[in-house]
Amino acid sequence: MIDRKDVEHVARLTRLALTEAELERMREQLNSILAHLDTLRLVDTTGVEPTSHAVDVVNVMREDEVEPCFPQDAMLGNAPDRSGEFFRVPRIIEE
Amino acid sequence: MHRPIHELTDAYRRGDLTPTAVAESYLARIAALDARVGAYLTVVREHALAAAQESERRWRAGAPLGPLDGAPLALKDVLCTRGVRTTCGSKMLEAFVPPYDATVVERLRAAGAVVLGKTNLDEFAMGSSTEHSAFHPTRNPWDLSRVPGGSSGGSAAAVAGGLAAGAFGSDTGGSIRQPAAFCGVVGMKPTYGRVSRYGLVALASSLDQIGPFAQDVEDTALLLGAIAGHDRRDSTSIAAPVPDYMAELPRGVDGLTLGLPDEYFIDGMDPEVERAVREAIDVLRGLGARIERVSLPTTRHSLAAYYIILPAEASSNLARYDGVKYGLRVPGRDLVDMESRTRAAGFGAEVRRRIMLGTYALSAGYYDAYYGKAQSVRTLVRREFGAAFARVDLIVAPTTPNVAFKHGEKEDPLSMYLNDVFTIPGNLSGIPGVSVPCGFSGAGLPIGLQILGRPLDEARVLRAAYAYEKATPWRARRPELV
Repeated sequence: MIDRKDVEHVARLTRLALTEAELERMREQLNSILAHLDTLRLVDTTGVEPTSHAVDVVNVMREDEVEPCFPQDAMLGNAPDRSGEFFRVPRIIEE
Repeated sequence: MHRPIHELTDAYRRGDLTPTAVAESYLARIAALDARVGAYLTVVREHALAAAQESERRWRAGAPLGPLDGAPLALKDVLCTRGVRTTCGSKMLEAFVPPYDATVVERLRAAGAVVLGKTNLDEFAMGSSTEHSAFHPTRNPWDLSRVPGGSSGGSAAAVAGGLAAGAFGSDTGGSIRQPAAFCGVVGMKPTYGRVSRYGLVALASSLDQIGPFAQDVEDTALLLGAIAGHDRRDSTSIAAPVPDYMAELPRGVDGLTLGLPDEYFIDGMDPEVERAVREAIDVLRGLGARIERVSLPTTRHSLAAYYIILPAEASSNLARYDGVKYGLRVPGRDLVDMESRTRAAGFGAEVRRRIMLGTYALSAGYYDAYYGKAQSVRTLVRREFGAAFARVDLIVAPTTPNVAFKHGEKEDPLSMYLNDVFTIPGNLSGIPGVSVPCGFSGAGLPIGLQILGRPLDEARVLRAAYAYEKATPWRARRPELV
């Protein structure tokens, strides 16, 4: 069971500003889903290696060649706020 | 004019039809009918007509680019299209205009395809009904009070309703095969890595795969052939040669062994679905296939494993929507406040739920109990398929436990998740699968037969689907959508 404090903690980690009512509803729904997911405990996985990927591909290498890349304007074109050639964000460090 | 692509291009070759006339006819149908179906989020009329005119010049000059030249197609709105907004069905990306084409889109354009527009989906491909798009729901052309399935419901409904000749979607836990079954069309999820994911907006990177929707199996083979193959821009794409899927189709199922998994016929499934699938298996037996029972005992734990792995990967992938580089921004008093307000305003209920669930499952103290455990269960699912495919060539099963449900019928998240119980194991193990129509319920709703194959064995999957389709009358039936 996860409690209200857990939900608030996870909401902070994920950067979701939820209202009181939303946090409460989230707590109920997550508990109901987690109760179902807990059935995994029934599976014996002793000594079973985890699979992170369905295809066994590791360390794909290629030549390090210089190629044209996207123009700066195209990459900045979707920015909600920009200043010249920069993405602009609210102040992070206080003076 | 709604007929399979291979028939359209035959008509182009003979000069009986032109790509422009066909594109105009589809655009007219979309204008007349899509207000009721809601398959599209964006229709690119001018782009489509320009592409059709170029195609027409090539056909007239006797130099078409191939079997898709002039084929009018629709793309799920998770595939990046240069200069055309790509929303993922989310407020977060309502105004996002990608500066590049996905590899799949690039290959389709190079093959002469005519893109009609971008189709609707559950927000960020999280859902099984296409009710949870931030813009509008999509309706099933067979019964507008019902869902088309999801998350690629717009693409499935477009092909079923004659609003595109073929379409593309993405399948992370069944998002191509399940809507194909609900809409009575063919839908294929290729092997993980068979098709480049470059330019596919990521949901769960170890599970996502792009694939086609088509009116018949022949078109499915054509569409897959056009997009399959290695891409250096996706390091998880497989560098294996792409067979000639079309050439393999007519080889039939005589001599093939098909596995029938006990675990895919469960309590609570719709008896009409079970009957249709068992009859389909009798048809395949009649065509010379041998049927053998196989056991995939971890199937019943696949759903739980999936609902840890998917949210975990999704929560990480969706961390990029922070109001800085693209997408929505809601002002805040500092960076964290801006990000938190942006994400709360931009994401809908299901997306938030899965981000929260995934972050929780990955958070300190819970990682081994949830994520680690789910990944080990994933290994068991893979091993069981491996053992089954040592004995049989293909596995046949229902695509879904039920037919299309009503809008609003599944309000509880868990009951919605249960819809993907037969398609999820294919994603966990990375194997290819197709859903092909195998009959109708008493109420006239389509039912899908799922055929799964060994990794990279799409050719044999399609071959069995083709043999079945040729032997049955389902393809001739169309929804009465005017």
